[in-house]
Amino acid sequence: MKLSIKGRQSMWAYIFISAPMLFFLCIRIYPALYAFNVSLHKWDLLSKNKPFVFLDNFMDLFHDQVFKASLINTGKYILFAVPIGLALSLGIAMLLNSITKGASVYRMVVFIPYVTSIVAVSWVWRWMFMKQGGLINNVIGLFGISRQPFLDSTSQAIYVVISNIIWQALGFYTIIFLAGLKQVPKTYYEAAMIDGASPWQKFKNITIPLLNPTIVYLSVMATIQTLQVFTQVFNITSGGQGIAGGPLNSTVSVVLYIYQLAFVNYKMGYASAATVVLFIIILTISLFQMKVLDKKYDN
Amino acid sequence: MSKYNKVFAYVALTIIGIIMVFPFLWMISTSLKTGVDIYSPSIIPKSVTLNNYARVIEDSNFLVWFKNSFVVAGITTVSVLCFDTLVGYTFAKLPFRGKNFLFIIVLSTLMIPTEMLIIPWYMMSNTLGWINTYWSLLFPGLTSAFGIFMMRQFFMGVPDDILEAGRIDGLSEFGIFLRTAMPMVKPAMSALGIFTFLGNWNAFLWPVIAVDKPDIYTLPVGLALFSGESYNQWDLVMAAASLATIPVLIVFFFFQKQIIEGIHMTGLKA
Repeated sequence: MKLSIKGRQSMWAYIFISAPMLFFLCIRIYPALYAFNVSLHKWDLLSKNKPFVFLDNFMDLFHDQVFKASLINTGKYILFAVPIGLALSLGIAMLLNSITKGASVYRMVVFIPYVTSIVAVSWVWRWMFMKQGGLINNVIGLFGISRQPFLDSTSQAIYVVISNIIWQALGFYTIIFLAGLKQVPKTYYEAAMIDGASPWQKFKNITIPLLNPTIVYLSVMATIQTLQVFTQVFNITSGGQGIAGGPLNSTVSVVLYIYQLAFVNYKMGYASAATVVLFIIILTISLFQMKVLDKKYDN
Repeated sequence: MSKYNKVFAYVALTIIGIIMVFPFLWMISTSLKTGVDIYSPSIIPKSVTLNNYARVIEDSNFLVWFKNSFVVAGITTVSVLCFDTLVGYTFAKLPFRGKNFLFIIVLSTLMIPTEMLIIPWYMMSNTLGWINTYWSLLFPGLTSAFGIFMMRQFFMGVPDDILEAGRIDGLSEFGIFLRTAMPMVKPAMSALGIFTFLGNWNAFLWPVIAVDKPDIYTLPVGLALFSGESYNQWDLVMAAASLATIPVLIVFFFFQKQIIEGIHMTGLKA
């Protein structure tokens, strides 16, 4: 049998992609559909009966105080970590862009936390923010400020976690912003200088508009990432017995709650329903991103 | 004016730099301290000891976790590099029916959050007896849709003429991919490789579910559970955290150029 060049190429194409396609089918698509199916059942891993309950799990989630708390906390993580992280990193990127000597050293230093293990730095955070004997309390004590409870406090614990999220992600945002800033033509700033524009005017009228695609891209990416925050919360605020979530669930995130439901309580159906909710939120944000980015291309 | 700006930039960057590095210095400082000295706010230990490191290595399976992480991240990286380059090339350069449809399917899997898959993966691993094996840690990451997407972008930039020349020289389709196309996207491959390795080296959510025996933990899982058990022995916990962090820092110093350039490539192509 003789095949044309095209025919031979397409035969090889199918051979090349067959194993990965099978992988996507078995490890991504089928499990995703399976998760939807599980979410419609009362699926306790340990019990024999797994009755179909239709949308009951979702109804229960609506009335679940911990789930509500996890949504509000996750909203807080996003609301604080994303804007503060982006603003700080834009500032750092602009500083880096304004110097030449040693820029690569500073860039590297800012980037270090991004490559190191989240688990390790989470425990460093935990140690620094200890109520008794932690460094931060020792240092603010020198200035006469009274000992803060930090991780033992329902109102402060979440901000300790947020500070860790920002610190860790800063380097990544900075690198992306720096790449964006390098694309802004220097002549724009020179022209503005001739017109006598103030630094603030230059920032507002040149830097921000030209960086807009980068800002949109990073905001969406950072939002989706922060929406899935888990490792920091798990490690910084777990209690003595490994049940994480801070005092009175004050730091529990959606993904941490899903983890607890599924792998501490083995309520697979209920936990799957929560993952479906998470999926819908992420899908909405992604579709929103496509819309916004498409608009940019139209201009 | 400009001179003052420069001075301000250096001062500000130095302060920021100290904030970024300080937690690591504090971690190492505590790990070298002993007794009540760990509670003193001084970063210089009264007397330096490596005892904590020795205890971590003796009391836990630290070196085994290290090996496990290395094996899992290594195999995953090799697998991703093989499959994602080949599939990215196929989608970019080879004609076949259903190409767009299949590519959209691959891309659509990017929308599925890992959190949604871990429960089915866990049930699957349970049924098939994969729990507490390397395989359970490995299987979710063997190929990545993102990598395929990225490699396809880069292969699109390879001129068809060069591939055609290979065809005329009598190379097989796989030979054309391996000898002609692949060498042209090496920088992209190294970026993808570095990030796949780092991502898997630091992965926590799935490994903490997939394994529950100390001799099969990966480093992050082992570190988290060891730290939980050694709670309040901060010299020990910080020694463990240092052991997990320092090798990555050393590797980072050598590869920082590639890593940062890799971010430009991967982060901006997406």
